[in-house]
Amino acid sequence: MLKIDDVTMQFGGVVAVNGFTAQIDEGQIVGLIGPNGAGKTTVFNVITGVYSPTKGRILYGPDLNEDITGKRSDQITNLGICRTFQNIRLFKELSVMDNVFIGNHLRLKSGLLSSLLRLPHYRKEEAEAYEKASYLLKKVGLYEEREEKAYSLPYGMQRRLEIARALATEPKLLLLDEPAAGMNPQETQDLMEFIVEIKDEFNLTIFLIEHHMDFVMGICEHIYVLDHGMMISQGNPSQVQTDQRVIEAYLGVE
Amino acid sequence: MKDKKVLKYLILIIVSLVVLAILNNVLDSYQRRIVNLCAVYIILGLSMNLVNGFTGLFSLGQAGFMAVGAYTVSILTMTRQMKEMNFYMKPMMPFLLNLSSLNISFLPAYVNDFIWFLFALLMGGILAALFGLLVGAPVLKLTDDYLAIATLGFSEIIRIVIINLQTVTNGALGLKGIPVKTHLLWSWSIAILTIVFISLLMKGSYGKAFKAIREDEIAAKSMGINLFKHKVMSFSLGSFFAGVGGGLLAVSIGTIDPTLFKFALTFNILLIVVIGGMGNIWGTVASAIVVTIAMEALRFLDEPMNLGFMKTDALPGLRMVVFSLILMLVIIFKKDNALKANFERIRGRYAKN
Repeated sequence: MLKIDDVTMQFGGVVAVNGFTAQIDEGQIVGLIGPNGAGKTTVFNVITGVYSPTKGRILYGPDLNEDITGKRSDQITNLGICRTFQNIRLFKELSVMDNVFIGNHLRLKSGLLSSLLRLPHYRKEEAEAYEKASYLLKKVGLYEEREEKAYSLPYGMQRRLEIARALATEPKLLLLDEPAAGMNPQETQDLMEFIVEIKDEFNLTIFLIEHHMDFVMGICEHIYVLDHGMMISQGNPSQVQTDQRVIEAYLGVE
Repeated sequence: MKDKKVLKYLILIIVSLVVLAILNNVLDSYQRRIVNLCAVYIILGLSMNLVNGFTGLFSLGQAGFMAVGAYTVSILTMTRQMKEMNFYMKPMMPFLLNLSSLNISFLPAYVNDFIWFLFALLMGGILAALFGLLVGAPVLKLTDDYLAIATLGFSEIIRIVIINLQTVTNGALGLKGIPVKTHLLWSWSIAILTIVFISLLMKGSYGKAFKAIREDEIAAKSMGINLFKHKVMSFSLGSFFAGVGGGLLAVSIGTIDPTLFKFALTFNILLIVVIGGMGNIWGTVASAIVVTIAMEALRFLDEPMNLGFMKTDALPGLRMVVFSLILMLVIIFKKDNALKANFERIRGRYAKN
């Protein structure tokens, strides 16, 4: 599904990610963990085209035959990779419904003119988009709040709205950047169930960054651990948990 | 229910057209000109709001695009004799001089005139949009103040080019004797069309994508919105309406020259947009009408005044000070809903006591 091949991202003298290699197979939930400043979000930014990597390649597709290195963000989203953000980036002044509706814009086939003249095929597409958005909002439990402005929602709801908006772009690979940040244990538990549910329903592959260890260990099949831009460990949850280097990176060494 | 809403708007449009038709007969020519200007400023305000308010691009090139529209419409509609009279310093380019209006023999003259004028207006808009496309492609990579500077500079470039292209535009002498269209229905039906156009645009998926770009560019592109394409789209549409507005301005005042399209004109429109509210269609319409009328009504401020205890000299430009003050107040109080917050604080204080 996705192969990150020896990717290095350098900002001036700072090497944020150093020779990171990872592979994500279709239908997996893969985690990316590491202490603060380890370069996790940079990995996401490189995958989604916010930065183009200093070195290395990113391959995508069922047979990994699409080289998406250095493509524009919108092109990458068009190919089926969508993300959420660590510090929520909603369209704040727009309604909850519009936030999700906009997620569908890239799937729109009608041109500007037919949208202006509200031609039948545009209206049909628009109605379908609203239907899809309503469905997704019900899914994340925000349908009642659809008329509210996005910024007025409480934090947890904003996180869920971001996921709904990403789902509206019809992704195959969903990147979640700290989806459980700021959530209490019960909310985290609900989120885990929710992620598994949407994964099954929409046939998603999920790559996520998270600090809640219960969350990562409970949900991920495979985990990569980054520290200072270098991958220090990988494997299934129990392997990673017992890896001495991971414990050292998190707890420090005597 | 949806049809009811459409019906309501249709009735509103018809009523306003009837009112305007009546007003056209009641008002004198001076008042008619002001009402016409209101419509022109509605179009210009909406065009700027589309770019600045809805898409969040800080563009100050309005006057340049208006100039393109105004000159196009004037050159297309002026009669050959008028052009010859105007171009006494340097003769006009023969091609433009010989441009004659539509003449389909079996149609009555006023129908020919009507179609030709619409065509001229459309050409004005399209040419301005083309310029918008040309300018937009390189400068829309810039953001915020940089975009403002680039577009402002561009607008000045257009003005300088107009001054120097004597064989096309008659240079600094300007164009006089443009056939005027002072009937209120002309400008107002186009203003209404613009309102409908912008409303439909903002209601649809493209308009919402524009708003998404305004809200958060990074999130917008992560949602698969091609930033460049949508920005250019919005910018060109904005330029189109600026061109149409400029064309209407030319035919409602009858003379144009390069000094008309200085930055002050962009400032006037910016004033309307800010007072009416960034990204607010009806607010822009209301503020265009209020500001245009106020600009005329406050003319007494520019003249010598007798305050009873003292007499002041004529202070040309004093009325603009009023607008500057209004602008400052609006910006101070409207930002982050400061006005509302202050009211609540005051209410809270009294509630405590």
